[in-house]
Amino acid sequence: MANLAVRVENLWKQYRVGRQPERYSTLRDTMAGMFRAPLRRMQGLMAGQGTVSSASDDQFWAVKDVSFDIRRGEVVGIIGRNGAGKSTLLKILSRITEPTRGQVSLYGRVGSLLEVGTGFHPELTGRENIQLNAAILGMKREEVAEKFDEIVAFAEVEKFIDTPVKHYSSGMYLRLAFAVAAHLEPEILIVDEVLAVGDAAFQKKCLGKMEGVAKEGRTVLFVSHNMQAVTRLCERVILLDAGGVAGDGPAGQLVTRYLSSSDGNTKMREWDDPVRAPGSDVVRLCAVRTRAEDGHTTDLVDIRKPLGVEIEYEVLKPGHVFHPCFSVHNSEGVHLFSAQDTDGTWRRRHRPPGRYVSTGWIPGDLLNEGAMFVGVAMWTLNPEHCHFYERDAVAFHVVDSYDEESARGGWPFSVPGAIRPFCKWETQSESGVSISREEVRQAPCNR
Amino acid sequence: MEQTVKLEAVAGATAEQIPLLVLRPSRGWQQLGLKDLWQYRELLYFLCWRDIKVRYKQTALGIAWAILQPLMTMILFSLFFGKLAKMPSDGIPYPLFVLTALVPWMFFANGVTQSAGSLVENASLLKKVYFPRLAVPMASIIAGCVDFVCSFALLIIMMLFYGIVPSAAVVWLPFFLALACIASLGVGLWLSALNVQFRDVRYVIPFLMQLWMFATPIAYPSSLLSEPLRTVYGLNPMVGVVEGFRWVLLGTATSPGPMVWVSAAASLVVLITGAFYFRRMEVTFSDRM
Repeated sequence: MANLAVRVENLWKQYRVGRQPERYSTLRDTMAGMFRAPLRRMQGLMAGQGTVSSASDDQFWAVKDVSFDIRRGEVVGIIGRNGAGKSTLLKILSRITEPTRGQVSLYGRVGSLLEVGTGFHPELTGRENIQLNAAILGMKREEVAEKFDEIVAFAEVEKFIDTPVKHYSSGMYLRLAFAVAAHLEPEILIVDEVLAVGDAAFQKKCLGKMEGVAKEGRTVLFVSHNMQAVTRLCERVILLDAGGVAGDGPAGQLVTRYLSSSDGNTKMREWDDPVRAPGSDVVRLCAVRTRAEDGHTTDLVDIRKPLGVEIEYEVLKPGHVFHPCFSVHNSEGVHLFSAQDTDGTWRRRHRPPGRYVSTGWIPGDLLNEGAMFVGVAMWTLNPEHCHFYERDAVAFHVVDSYDEESARGGWPFSVPGAIRPFCKWETQSESGVSISREEVRQAPCNR
Repeated sequence: MEQTVKLEAVAGATAEQIPLLVLRPSRGWQQLGLKDLWQYRELLYFLCWRDIKVRYKQTALGIAWAILQPLMTMILFSLFFGKLAKMPSDGIPYPLFVLTALVPWMFFANGVTQSAGSLVENASLLKKVYFPRLAVPMASIIAGCVDFVCSFALLIIMMLFYGIVPSAAVVWLPFFLALACIASLGVGLWLSALNVQFRDVRYVIPFLMQLWMFATPIAYPSSLLSEPLRTVYGLNPMVGVVEGFRWVLLGTATSPGPMVWVSAAASLVVLITGAFYFRRMEVTFSDRM
């Protein structure tokens, strides 16, 4: 009990959909409802339902009977598909919305970081925004004064601190916003998808800072779609599905389970709605798939077999030379490699508008076992421009068989390292003993 | 079990004095949570300060608007009501008579308008961070004080121009200013909470303020009414404020009398009911935006 930071007990949250999803009601509707409601209640009474709310058909439970305890100093990731209830859960924990049923006990000051830059005003200077943002996040003025220089230094905006932030580049803006939030020192820190924005260097900085926060012994709740960040930061993961807890345990195990579950659907991502698809007015991403040699889409690959990363895209404007590429990160967030288009057919040639499918093959005997995350991007040169970059577009698992034909040889335990190329080994016996190839094959596994 | 308490802060949950916060669904009326608001007083300060800074950074004439608005209205009213309609003014020069009423009225009307829209304007903030929501409309009202000071300076200049010196009753000025604050915060709380639920409110406000202005003795004196009726007139909180301003600054012969107490009571009722209504609706704000 003494070690408890967060206790969530039988938490439920209901939203209304249909009539009032995001739209606000108008006076007219309410007035009409005022006349209709008593009538309906009467009908309900007649039907023997008592005074139960009549509008149950519009209601939907975003969080269903969620319970868990988090000890002080734990770093817990919350993962799940869109609509699994992650954000709603965090909104309840950070007091933005109320639970419908159940109870949450928070031991200590809570700082929530639901979106970087919330409350920044473009007309105010960097200095003014730091003060305002700090007040919004609940920092005291002396605290801000004390950490002011540190915040500015972390954000690397010393020179522009008295310039209105509307003149900032988006990178500066993000750095400043994160810097303020990162210097907040609550006992419980709630973070939602902050890392979804910003360039790689910035993301790295954020992750580093969050690792620091965790090391100081504070409790961190971290919601993200970025599985690399989750596995790197969190020792424990709570997997949500359809509003309920689907799993709670060690991060690696849960991330793998999430990725390999059929609903995780990591082997294929398709963007049916062209408006929401990543891209520009020149080229748009349609789909990303991973395919085995035999052409099936798969998210499991034998460590010895190649795997194709298929990028389907639509060229909308003529006159461009495209450079499709993809990158592979492992679950520790290590960028293993990036692959550029090596097919000479379209090199330095404009592609006419239409649909294209480019597939890059990752050779077998290259990656180590585990979850791999594929990001895809589309570049044009002169000027250098990235039309889309979809990180973690798909993910796949590299699995090794224990039939001793792979790079693990006869080694039964885990093989550390970022990659696992198949290195050819030779052993000569100095005493002149020779074993024929056939004998090797037939030898029993004597470990 | 009926849970009527939304948040309870139980200090000393452990030996290390870690505060415990329990979140539960709320039912019915809430406490005002003034303690919570007090803890966030710095946020209130910064929100005011932001409102003021941003307002004057974005407008070309800046602070001059606070003087131009009452000045122009005064000139118009003096022409139409003073010169043409020959409206009585309790023996005070008509322009000064109008301006003395316009200064608190504009403070009230701007405060109501700003605070009514404040929650919707700050929707992105309300959806992302917790803080006592009462701070948002309150900050709008307090930010209006800067405008008030400017227009009040104009009023003093006008008084000097007409050579009118206030009587000892001027010590009551803070009381009437407080009354204006209470009235505008009360109405602002009602309207801001209603505005989240019914966006129609946004369209109603300009019309409401116009009607209210003519229902308030700005262009005419309340002495047009005979006594029992004049006290009833005080149910409009701004009647007491406006007549109070005239009484303390211009020394109008007719002291406002019981009307002021009616206005004060009416403002308090509006403020208290507004605050409770606001708190009751508060829990649904982030879900509705």
